[in-house]
Amino acid sequence: MTVEDLAVRRVTGTGVAVRGNDVDTDQVMPARFMKEVSFENMGEYVFHDARRDADGELNDHPFNSRKGASIVIVNKNFGSGSSREHAPQGLMRWGIEAVVGESFAEIFADNCTAMGLPAVTADQQTIEGLQTFVEEHPDAGLELDVEQARIITPEAEVPVDIDPAAQEALTEGIWDTTAIMRANLGETEAVAAALPYTDR
Amino acid sequence: MSERTLYDKVWARHKVADLPTGEDQLFIGLHLMHEVTSPQAFAMLRERGLEVAFPDRTFATTDHIVPTEPKARERPLADEQAETMLQALETNVESNDITFYGLDSEYQGITHVIAPELGLSQPGMTVACGDSHTATHGAFGSIGIGIGTSQIRDVLATGCVATEKQRVRRVEVTGELGAGVYAKDIILQIIRTLGVDGGVGHVYEYGGPAIEALDMEGRLAVCNMSIEGGARAGYVNPDATTYDYLAGRPFVPGGDAFDALVEDWETLRSDTDAVYDDTVTVEADDLAPQVTWGINPGQVVAVDEPVPAPADITDPTARTAAEKAIDHMDVTPGEPMLGYPVDVAFLGTCTNGRLSDFREAAAILEGASVAPDVWAVAVPGSEQVRAACEAEGIDEVFLDAGFEWRQAGCSMCIAMNQDALGPGEVCASSSNRNFIGRQGDKAGRTVLMSPAMVAAAAVAGEIVDVREVTT
Repeated sequence: MTVEDLAVRRVTGTGVAVRGNDVDTDQVMPARFMKEVSFENMGEYVFHDARRDADGELNDHPFNSRKGASIVIVNKNFGSGSSREHAPQGLMRWGIEAVVGESFAEIFADNCTAMGLPAVTADQQTIEGLQTFVEEHPDAGLELDVEQARIITPEAEVPVDIDPAAQEALTEGIWDTTAIMRANLGETEAVAAALPYTDR
Repeated sequence: MSERTLYDKVWARHKVADLPTGEDQLFIGLHLMHEVTSPQAFAMLRERGLEVAFPDRTFATTDHIVPTEPKARERPLADEQAETMLQALETNVESNDITFYGLDSEYQGITHVIAPELGLSQPGMTVACGDSHTATHGAFGSIGIGIGTSQIRDVLATGCVATEKQRVRRVEVTGELGAGVYAKDIILQIIRTLGVDGGVGHVYEYGGPAIEALDMEGRLAVCNMSIEGGARAGYVNPDATTYDYLAGRPFVPGGDAFDALVEDWETLRSDTDAVYDDTVTVEADDLAPQVTWGINPGQVVAVDEPVPAPADITDPTARTAAEKAIDHMDVTPGEPMLGYPVDVAFLGTCTNGRLSDFREAAAILEGASVAPDVWAVAVPGSEQVRAACEAEGIDEVFLDAGFEWRQAGCSMCIAMNQDALGPGEVCASSSNRNFIGRQGDKAGRTVLMSPAMVAAAAVAGEIVDVREVTT
């Protein structure tokens, strides 16, 4: 894969709103579904418990009715708690290609970037407006323009914030940092050797 | 930006390069590994034909999925998924020359309990693990960060993570803790004060008289829950308490080499004229035992303080969150948590699964009995902790009181093994997260508190103020 293949400059598709502050990664991916050695099936488990009533019947959670949506719109401190990459992997494998929210927990945001999944923010009023819009117009097409940091709906164009490093990583196709850092193995060896606690 | 803090100094030592994204490439001096978040990373490495760059800087154990009942630890494990995960880890560490403390090792235990007690975690290191509670290691004056699986792949393949420097917040804890009040109460109070997302974009430097007075295990408990306050890392400047704890541990050199390390560690402390991005102060004097009343670790009250009423909360989103929490927990606004009945008492975890935690609980349990309808379980954080407790006869105190005495693992903090809450059960827990479903059934309920408070709740069958319990 070339950096051109990996570049994420825009995401288009319909939206889905998941409302609520502090949606932790235990809600996104309950721990019992992490007992698999691959991420392959995580799309099936995303929001598993939140999508069901106490009797196990599917409830009105938006992920039960909005399969096919590409952009999830969330509120404040989304992805808090556990560092499990299983949570953003589950979202991505369900079909999500971008996460838009008021704010994200740091490890969650880092995991998204490391997977090439844009996670962008906007203020509370903007986010709630987008949530209401996608709830009222579930079939309307949205576009997240990562390069220009904006979301375009059929009704409006709104600015969003994106961490400059994440924006660079996504638009230049360099979000997968393994090869870039591995090229610095010599420098890394030198840093390691200079540390007082390594036997190098 | 901060200047001359421990964080700045440790970062500078480990920085390898500026990356084209604008991030820093940071060398990771200690990489800890467990069975749940690592197999996918090894698969990515195999796909790319890459080898582990620094196998001598990675240490692995098994903690999340392991049974804690001694007879259930025989192989193959009854849970086939757990057995598969454990075998995957065993294969990966063997083929990559990584040190592994498995179920047959006297060093097995929770990553964040074993690395400190083995002396693997030391001042001035960068520590990473595919686990958000990696902040724990900051107690030694290091930078500990939780990472996801793609970043584990990076650490394995390159010895580094791509990351950005954070702002540094000094959290000054003044005063002195009273009897029956512990490190856990300090950190719950900090999270309550600053919020569950108050630390996003920051590392917390904990300091002040109440932090300096804590022993290493107390400091580990405080740093451990940094992530519950949104801070990816938290640390305490190293001092004589730190060096005394480390002296003589298996991975700490002795003699002149130790003296040389101490000399270096002394230079790492934040300078007296260090610049912080901001400072907040929390009072330890008059701090009461703290308990959670809701479904996130910031929903905290003193044990004798009323649960807040949603009607008093002006922000509509926060009010909705409080209503959801009150509904899930079935607590009464305006009433304190005192007297809230418990079904389960759970003692252990990377927050409070160390020797001092079991000693504090044992002081409450000595000569007492667990309430008839309470299931009480004690899970040492490591096999070394278990052995130390047993050498002091602490296991007998727990067993005599009616607790089950288990072997090391994460157990009911995350309920990935057989230890789990049933529907509607309430757990008095020394763990770190009260999220819905965290301890098992999604209708289960968690009240976070100190180990002594857990022991007192186990005996009373309800939440009590441990300061009122005579021992």
